[in-house]
Amino acid sequence: MHTNIDKIRMVVIEEVIQETPSVKTFVFDDVLSSSAKPGQFLMIWIPRTEELPMSVMISNKKNHAAITIRKHGFGSTSLFEKKQNDLIGVRGPYGNYFSLNRHLQRPLLIGGGTGLVPLMRLATLFSKKQEKCTIIMGAQTQKEVLFKDLAEEILRKIRAKIIVTTEDGSYGIKGVVTDALKSILKKEKFDMIYTCGPELMMMKIYNLSVIHSIPIQASLERYMKCGIGICASCCINDQLVCKDGTVFNTNQLSEMSEFGKVSRDKAGRPWYY
Amino acid sequence: MLSIDLAGMPLRNPLLLASGFLGISQEVFNRLYNDGLGAIVSKSISVSPLEGYKGPTVVYLGEKGYLNAVGLANPGSDVFAQEIMNNQIPLVVSIVGSSQSDFQKLINKFDKLNILAYEVNLSCPHVEKMGMEVGDDPDLVTKIIKTIKTRTKKPVIIKVGIGKSDVLKLATIIQESGADAITAINTIRAMAINVETGMPILSNKVGGLSGIPLKPIGVRCVYEIFKKVNIPVIGCGGIFTWEDAIEYILAGATAIELGSVIGYKGLKVFNQIKLGITRYLQKKDYKNVKEIVGLAHKY
Repeated sequence: MHTNIDKIRMVVIEEVIQETPSVKTFVFDDVLSSSAKPGQFLMIWIPRTEELPMSVMISNKKNHAAITIRKHGFGSTSLFEKKQNDLIGVRGPYGNYFSLNRHLQRPLLIGGGTGLVPLMRLATLFSKKQEKCTIIMGAQTQKEVLFKDLAEEILRKIRAKIIVTTEDGSYGIKGVVTDALKSILKKEKFDMIYTCGPELMMMKIYNLSVIHSIPIQASLERYMKCGIGICASCCINDQLVCKDGTVFNTNQLSEMSEFGKVSRDKAGRPWYY
Repeated sequence: MLSIDLAGMPLRNPLLLASGFLGISQEVFNRLYNDGLGAIVSKSISVSPLEGYKGPTVVYLGEKGYLNAVGLANPGSDVFAQEIMNNQIPLVVSIVGSSQSDFQKLINKFDKLNILAYEVNLSCPHVEKMGMEVGDDPDLVTKIIKTIKTRTKKPVIIKVGIGKSDVLKLATIIQESGADAITAINTIRAMAINVETGMPILSNKVGGLSGIPLKPIGVRCVYEIFKKVNIPVIGCGGIFTWEDAIEYILAGATAIELGSVIGYKGLKVFNQIKLGITRYLQKKDYKNVKEIVGLAHKY
């Protein structure tokens, strides 16, 4: 039993789930990862290739966790191409997590793409609390719709509403998640918004949350190298996303002039959205 | 009680951020200063930007030991000068390069800014033609120090490590060349192999060892360098507690640098170490931390 989360643990990919043409989920046996809180992340070592921060995906197997990968850059593509029985390294879970207020009545979860990973873990917690829950999930096309069936399965026992948007209108509501958010906010009230996904999307959601006076928690993403708060690659203003985040609330976001505007590249140079 | 004079620089306390840690953003520097440090040392800045190596760049080895090969990733001198344009805190800019001309360009870029000093990285153990490869060439070390000293009035600190050249001979050369202080020591060239896969873990295969395993070597270097030279020595390597800090100071360190401990304890550690030093000084009836610098040499 490893007691220090910083040491790399080698795990075998036990199961590969093809979620969409460009997204796969790898399931592995790791007690520490299985007990991760929603919003926490792992540093995934792809031996001799890269190390990437990945949000911890749920698994229905005991003591198991998963990661969900979208084929994108060099590191994620090489991870995407891993197969069942391949070895990867994990360390973590790291970072803070979405907080659940006991008195929450009407939470809204909204995200796009693999940003839905921490929201699935969060939805699992809501499903145990017998609360009402609304999820808005976005994708570009019907083929890329992620976790819709899973969300239905997780939330089947509670009063849940699942809204899907696609940019080309091939499934659900045509448009992006913020379009669906705008229209639902005209009709319904919520007491907390949880979001994860592309930062410009979260920025728009944050702005809507402020207009409607709904508190928000957003899980941010930045280029990360160490995961343990020593390199500052992931800094946003004076906050370290890996250590102070990944989840920031309304007050924190309101003080971040770089939120939705500036990130940093591998060399640490500011990069404007 | 903790205020010191480091090569002409008045500092509110002897705790500095070690170069390489958290060192690219002015807002993070301000936070670190508010969290209690005496001064901040930036990441090593080169003339042009460097993206560094692929991950993993940092490996936790257990027993509070770390291995890193970041590859001197930094935004380059133009972007970094922009970053610290309005700096108001005691900031030491760490600079790294391959030639006299590199250092000349770096000084030209930073010397008009509100910075305290330069720390010259002549000891990074894992980047070709930079750091240790320069530090291992005594003639080049002399030339670089003289080049820098003729172009700035700010204090010049040289960071040394354990390379092919004898660190004590190097310390003498550094003093003779006109440097104002020496930081000892940088990480030591090291490696870790994952037994399950048989593969080196760091993408660069070889990196630098930091953390607790480095401490006794760092203390020895500070002790011996202190005996050899008159310029102040800054102790660095595996300082995790106030006892570690005191040990370095007793060995001869005027100030100390903290790095790996941040990964272990977070930013609250600066005030914890300061409190421990203060209590030690009170218990032993000293008025200022300066009084105990090099005390172990009595014996």
